[in-house]
Amino acid sequence: MSAAVVQAPTMASAPSLAPATVAGPVSQARVVRAEWTKLRGLRSTWWCGLSAVVLIVGLGAAIAEGGAPYKVTAANTAAMGISDSLLGLLFAQLMLGVVGVLAFSGEYGTGMIRATLAVVPSRLPVLWAKLIVLACLVLPVTLLCAVADFFTAAALESARGGSVLLLTEPGVLRTVVGSSLYLTVVVIIALALGGLLRKTAAGLAVFTAVFFVVPIVVGALPHSIQRFAAYLPSNAGGALWGNPLSTGSLLSPWTGFAVLCGYAVVLTAAAAWRLRRHDA
Amino acid sequence: MIEIDGLTKRYGDKAAVDDLSFVVEPGVVTGFLGPNGAGKSTTMRLIAGLDRPTSGRVRVNGKFYPGAAAPMAELGILLDARSVHPGLSARNNLLALARTAGIGRRRVDEVIELAGLAEVAGTRAGGFSLGMGQRLGVAAALLGQPRTVVLDEPVNGLDPDGVRWIRLLLKSLADEGRTVFVSSHLMSEMAQTATRLVVLGRGKLITEASVEDFTNHAAAGGGVLVRTPETVRLGQVLAAPGVTVVNDGTDVIRVSGTTAEQIGAAAWQAHLPVYELTPTHASLEEAFMQVTRDSIEYHAGATR
Repeated sequence: MSAAVVQAPTMASAPSLAPATVAGPVSQARVVRAEWTKLRGLRSTWWCGLSAVVLIVGLGAAIAEGGAPYKVTAANTAAMGISDSLLGLLFAQLMLGVVGVLAFSGEYGTGMIRATLAVVPSRLPVLWAKLIVLACLVLPVTLLCAVADFFTAAALESARGGSVLLLTEPGVLRTVVGSSLYLTVVVIIALALGGLLRKTAAGLAVFTAVFFVVPIVVGALPHSIQRFAAYLPSNAGGALWGNPLSTGSLLSPWTGFAVLCGYAVVLTAAAAWRLRRHDA
Repeated sequence: MIEIDGLTKRYGDKAAVDDLSFVVEPGVVTGFLGPNGAGKSTTMRLIAGLDRPTSGRVRVNGKFYPGAAAPMAELGILLDARSVHPGLSARNNLLALARTAGIGRRRVDEVIELAGLAEVAGTRAGGFSLGMGQRLGVAAALLGQPRTVVLDEPVNGLDPDGVRWIRLLLKSLADEGRTVFVSSHLMSEMAQTATRLVVLGRGKLITEASVEDFTNHAAAGGGVLVRTPETVRLGQVLAAPGVTVVNDGTDVIRVSGTTAEQIGAAAWQAHLPVYELTPTHASLEEAFMQVTRDSIEYHAGATR
């Protein structure tokens, strides 16, 4: 079909007018749509997302169903009961970490980054777009999961003769919403690691070490060092949703979350610097 | 139009591109030739702003490309290495690029059709053959109907049908007034497609010429094969300034610097029998090997 067009004489005279084009200017909103097209088109996104949903809600139900019925006392608040049921979050965090790291490192690994940056040569809009798309996907989805987890756990506990857990009790709403905020910031950290390290293996190794290994290892270190454990990303962010596995003294919920956000800001800035300064 | 001015790119202390200056004009196909490792791909990455030059500058359509408001209207590029996501379908790969410039699905389907990928548009690109991957890359380069098209080894891995498709495509793009810059190691392919040539060796510009000039230069470097039992006497008869005679077989001599007609006439006048008289044109390939070999020798000498 193209042959008909090109049987033209070989001696071409260059028209003085610029040839026609369909391409418009690049904008942040357009790059966001582009990144959404990529994320949506990848199977890994759907598998990891689905696993995260199943793990948060399913594991929450299993935890509420297991053990003794939860009784609210001065030492065991309603919020702590919900935190227990949100333990599936730790799995979800791994799944979303994979999605976050891959969103950037996957492009470097496959070479697609060259195509991406060739059409967005100013580069930074790509990072912002990935960040916006991931946050806008993870925040509502995990919020729905956390709410579903809350109602499932509350229903199961009261059915088993445990205390009635209400959203209005102190710290419960914060725990539910906080778990979703926590995962959203974690996925941004994972994204920044992927952009900073550019290699999937390196990004996932660092992510896993920071969120799963270091918090355990720190517990075995001298007390002088353990004091800093509260500032680890998982512990700082865990303060907001009451991670039952956090060890040692914790920061206050919102201070902890602010520290977690601090990590995200610093890592994102570093990823932006590398994206901007280094050859693709 | 692509203007390259004093462009240098160093990786460590090795210069991949060394003080390169040339201009690629719109309306014609310009071939970019050079042996492997000459710096062709690096130059193309520098044009697209993927790598930053150590010094010098590149202008695409008169502008600094990374600052372009509508990049896809300015430049479409196919890089040598695969630059598609294997986990995304061909259509989604293209759509993701198209979205950045507000290009819709209709245009995406159009280039899919143009590249002959309609049947596999929904298939994940990871399963594509090299040829299909190339077609997808070319489709991506054409998406925005850019004023300048840069293709790194587009015929790599393509079947004869695909090669023909590329050849016609490049010509039609040039005929539309676009700037077309295409690298290849297949000189014969360039001879049929390109109007101008930029030849690169070891990161340096070796020559910038029209294909015609380059081929004439190549023809001059050819010669005439003469089979005669009187190789020595014929050599004496032909001896003249600028004429070289090489005896490269028992009864065959290679004569350069004169024509087959003159040799035939001279042999007849001297009553020397000639059994065969064959003008040989050094191919573009050979001319290319010759100029690049010179540059390599020059470099080896310069660095001692």
